[in-house]
Amino acid sequence: MPESMKGFSELGEEDLKRIEMTGLQTGSLEGRSGSFLQVDEHIHHASTDTKGIEILALSDALEKYAWLEDYYWKAVPRDKDEITQYIAAREPKGYVIIARKGSQTTFPLQTCLFLAKDDIQYVHNIIIAEEGAELHLITGCASSMKTKNGAHYGVTEFYVGKDAKVTSTMIHTWGESIEVYPRSVAIVEERGIFLSNYVCMVPAKKVQMYPTAELRGEGAVARFSSIMLATPGSCLDTGSRALLSAKGATAELITRAITTGGTIISRGHILGSVKDTKGHIECRALILRDGIIHAIPEIEGRVVDCELSHEAAVGKIAQDEIEYLMARGLSEDEATATIIRGFLDVKISGLPETLQNQINAAIDAAEKGF
Amino acid sequence: MLVIEDLHVEVEGREVLHDINLTIKEGETHVLMGPNGSGKTTLLRAIMGFGSSRITEGSLIYKDHDITHLPIHERARLGIGLLFQRPPTVSGLKLGKLLAVTSGGDSERVDEYARHMNMDTFLERDINKGFSGGEIKRSEVLQLMIQQPDLVMLDEPESGVDLENMSLVGNAIAALVEKDKHIVNRKKSGLIITHTGYILDYIDADFGHVMCDGTFKCHGNPREILKSVQSKGYKECIECQRV
Repeated sequence: MPESMKGFSELGEEDLKRIEMTGLQTGSLEGRSGSFLQVDEHIHHASTDTKGIEILALSDALEKYAWLEDYYWKAVPRDKDEITQYIAAREPKGYVIIARKGSQTTFPLQTCLFLAKDDIQYVHNIIIAEEGAELHLITGCASSMKTKNGAHYGVTEFYVGKDAKVTSTMIHTWGESIEVYPRSVAIVEERGIFLSNYVCMVPAKKVQMYPTAELRGEGAVARFSSIMLATPGSCLDTGSRALLSAKGATAELITRAITTGGTIISRGHILGSVKDTKGHIECRALILRDGIIHAIPEIEGRVVDCELSHEAAVGKIAQDEIEYLMARGLSEDEATATIIRGFLDVKISGLPETLQNQINAAIDAAEKGF
Repeated sequence: MLVIEDLHVEVEGREVLHDINLTIKEGETHVLMGPNGSGKTTLLRAIMGFGSSRITEGSLIYKDHDITHLPIHERARLGIGLLFQRPPTVSGLKLGKLLAVTSGGDSERVDEYARHMNMDTFLERDINKGFSGGEIKRSEVLQLMIQQPDLVMLDEPESGVDLENMSLVGNAIAALVEKDKHIVNRKKSGLIITHTGYILDYIDADFGHVMCDGTFKCHGNPREILKSVQSKGYKECIECQRV
């Protein structure tokens, strides 16, 4: 039996609810392969009950495994920007997940980074999936209702080994005054698969991130799916980048964005630097109430035989679709909500059903605000 | 059931329908014929309440309610249903999801009707996305079967349907307008646009109307009208001054 999560008992009911909105279980840990909780800079919990999979605090991992130095700050450079420099200058916080060769999680591993105080929370996470391992991760990032002026700085380094598969689902539930700066890079080896899903349906003052997947091995695959809602006062400057650096590498960057008054900058960049690579960027956005959607898809091919494409569309809900559903008896508001719900429905292949359900639940919770 | 009085309808600022008068009684099925662009679809859309078919004069009385300015969904809830000729694609909205909503969560009925219409493998697909002409019609009929409207309006139900599926669609439509019931027990009415008249093999329509240039040119037996149109086209109708 998995032990219950330490640290949650210290949080109030309202905060627990916000954590649960990010898809995390705060009570029984059944249905989860492992759990990690960091509140501000304190690590409360790290456990896993799956053979071949370890989850531990970064500081402990660095002490325990000397070889971790080969992964520590190797995907993300320390001096990349002020965020990485800030984290590099401090005591290591965050988690390390190691999935040994051939190991597999039946259930997702959950990690939670919770901001309770008006301060800067920083984390540095390293996820290593060795050859043939399969790892499903759900990361919930949330802040307390009481937090007024916090910030979250994060570095995440993913290492997806040969024939390994990592899915990372991140659901953000920040507050209206919180600034968030994740910095993440995934290195994917031969035939490795990296699926990254990002959901942000709750206001945040500012989110700025541009995660990158470097497809180093032949036949490596990356897929980023992002679903975002910007309410008034929110600025989501997000994007994803794929570097197709080996034969047969493919990448897909998919975004669904909605503004009801906030700003979304949706960036995307695919670089095809070797032959026989493929990449596609798709960004669709709806402006429901005046706000800004700025899509910047970039495709950059450098050799013959790399196939890159992008499509981006910003618009409103088509009147004929609304009227079609109204003719079936749905009111205008019901029809609008139904269409938006469909618009956001990005089926993510290869994602366990439980995680897809968490994504759906995060969207459902926001539906009232449309 | 439906009384249309002196109806004038504008599309994009241009009057498309003028002086339309029509009464459809309970249990009656009416057929609407006429050349392309004569206003048939506009009439159905005006009865359904679409914003682009703006009623400028006249009135629509349905089951003693004045529905002239009622929103679309309220007309639908009163029992008016429309089979779209070219329905829009709604990306991400699964056919099954829409049927779950319109059936009030009656998944048994949805599954049964979907199987009946050979649409059970389409329930998890985005509505109308990549559907062939015949699949669109089967999906539309299926939606109406769930909705069970009292006034069934069909905009070219046979277009795009192959011979094999014609009887499936035709019989399902006949059931929608209760052609299986004895004439005195029929409560449902139909208003059907047809070009080919194939649908008449499945439903014996009671009245036929020919529309030209936005108004009715003649009324009569639907079979006879069809026969005359088939042999002579609409040229005579257009030239005909008798209303």
